[in-house]
Amino acid sequence: MAEVDEAGAPVASSAQPPSADAPLLRCSDVNISFSQRGSKQRLHAVRNASLEVGPADIVGLVGESGSGKSTLARAIVGLQRIDSGAVEFEGRRLGHTRTAEDRRGIQMIFQDPFGSLDPRMKIRSALAEIIRRHTSLRGKQIDTRCAELMDMVQLPRTILSSRPAGMSGGQRQRVAIARALSINPRLLVADEPVAALDVSVQAGIVNLLSDLRREVGLSILFISHDLSIVRTLCDSVNVIYRGDIVETRPCAELFDDPRSDYTRTLLSAIPRLNGPRTEGLAQGQSLGVRRR
Amino acid sequence: MTATDAAAIARTAITPPSRKSRVWAPAWMRRHNLQLWIGAGMLGLMVLAAIFAPLIAPHDPTTPDAAHALLPVSADHLFGTDNLGRDIFSRVVYGARSDLTIAIVAVVAPFVIGLAFGIVSGYFGGWFDSIMMRLADIVTAFPFFILVIALVFLMGNGALSIFIAITCVSWVAYARLVRGEAMVLRNKEFVAACQASGISTIGILVRHFVPNVVSQAIVYAMSDIVMNVGVIVTLSYLGLGITPPTPDWGSMMAGGQQFLAGGFYGMTLFPAGAVIWTSLALSFLGDGLTHQLRIDR
Ligand SMILES: Nc1ncnc2c1ncn2[C@@H]1O[C@H](COP(=O)(O)OP(=O)(O)OP(=O)(O)O)[C@@H](O)[C@H]1O
Ligand SMILES: [Mg+2]
Repeated sequence: MAEVDEAGAPVASSAQPPSADAPLLRCSDVNISFSQRGSKQRLHAVRNASLEVGPADIVGLVGESGSGKSTLARAIVGLQRIDSGAVEFEGRRLGHTRTAEDRRGIQMIFQDPFGSLDPRMKIRSALAEIIRRHTSLRGKQIDTRCAELMDMVQLPRTILSSRPAGMSGGQRQRVAIARALSINPRLLVADEPVAALDVSVQAGIVNLLSDLRREVGLSILFISHDLSIVRTLCDSVNVIYRGDIVETRPCAELFDDPRSDYTRTLLSAIPRLNGPRTEGLAQGQSLGVRRR
Repeated sequence: MTATDAAAIARTAITPPSRKSRVWAPAWMRRHNLQLWIGAGMLGLMVLAAIFAPLIAPHDPTTPDAAHALLPVSADHLFGTDNLGRDIFSRVVYGARSDLTIAIVAVVAPFVIGLAFGIVSGYFGGWFDSIMMRLADIVTAFPFFILVIALVFLMGNGALSIFIAITCVSWVAYARLVRGEAMVLRNKEFVAACQASGISTIGILVRHFVPNVVSQAIVYAMSDIVMNVGVIVTLSYLGLGITPPTPDWGSMMAGGQQFLAGGFYGMTLFPAGAVIWTSLALSFLGDGLTHQLRIDR
């Protein structure tokens, strides 16, 4: 994916390398709670969560629906206040208010492709907006960059001059991916980036992410329901259960020898090819099944 | 659920919600959104008349000519003449100039002020929002016309004070409308996506909020112009607005009233017709725009 860094945008490798042992992203003891309507008790969406993403690492975050994955992701990109704990990026602690500089390094792909694009803005403007904000590219260079990004996510370039209104979920999600990658962030927080895509496009995006990691050293926090994708893509996996991170293990190890009961339940729910689905999860916890 | 339940539900006729319309229009007209074009055409004619008034008007609208007072409709005087012998057609055309100009100018200022306040208020909430809403409450506590009339009374007659009075009162409606929309937008994920990717607040408000709220405000502006025409005409009718001899539909109607009994309807009828024509045009245009913008969404 050499085209990604040609355009003069800040490239992952040009960033200050973090000291050898420090991870790129470190969340330590993050607690997040919400006030609940009609109840004095707060809803603890994330409890004492700690996780690390090293340079050029792809780290999975898996867990059932409502376990706090998106909430933690939003805290990492500074959209959600944390009650206690710390989010550190490149050895620097990030608060809730962040400079454009702070935000440039971490980009996020959102779970809902229907909500994450402005319905009134043409795709080209949506991409140009962020490129203009974070890079020195102007005018024609931006157009070139947009075209490259479309090629990268396998969308026709003509989509640049349309609005999200008539686009499918998969197309929108690829636009969102292009947008997040347009400024070459050092860390990508991907919240179910391929859940809305069909299998062939899924493979393309998964390959793209793994290529980006290999070629420009992109680090990824990959949130997914789909354990088979996590297995092929991630180096290590964090399992989150009702806000607690119950297990953090290298990917291969976790799949071969799950330690916590919950992880075992989760794994047993992976649908087998040509076989009946094992009863492992309650209704609404569908894993690896597209929900839309 | 039993099979019969399901069948009953499946058989229930579901009718789409009807589109509310300010002006009645036959179905075929709505289908092709002819309201938009008819409204635009009718308003366009009036605006052209206003712009090219000196070319269109056959007579001077202000010079009295006692020898030709109260003439009936003729080829020379299309709408007849008034009690001072002035050509009513020329006065109606020049009246479009004064009335439409204020009506339109007095919609732009509240539009811009209301849009800005509404967006900032809806996005940030907090103390700014509280202050703005209290201010809005105070303004709306008074009946619209009473407040405008009082303000004009304080500032004195004339176009400028009408403009200021209308602006002071009608920005509130825009601000309320836009604030509501902005509060909905604030919670949309694409706004979060922009914040997360480091787009500045100003950028988010200008590039994402304005385009998303402006269409509602434009639709409202159409009915607001109708209201402004009404206000100007009423004020002038009451002698508080545009001062004679400047031609204006309101003062023309007021002046013609005393001659109605004598059978001279032209002095009142023609300016009234102009008011109705303009209001109808704007209502059509407003409905057409609502329809159009909803389709585009
Ligand atoms: N803004 C909020 N206000 C109140 N509660 C919230 C808010 N956001 C999330 N929650 C709650 O926090 C919990 C975790 O939600 P979260 O969206 O992080 O789950 P998730 O793991 O991403 O689930 P999914 O896989 O379905 O996306 C849920 O119980 C949810 O109801
Ligand atoms: Mg989620």
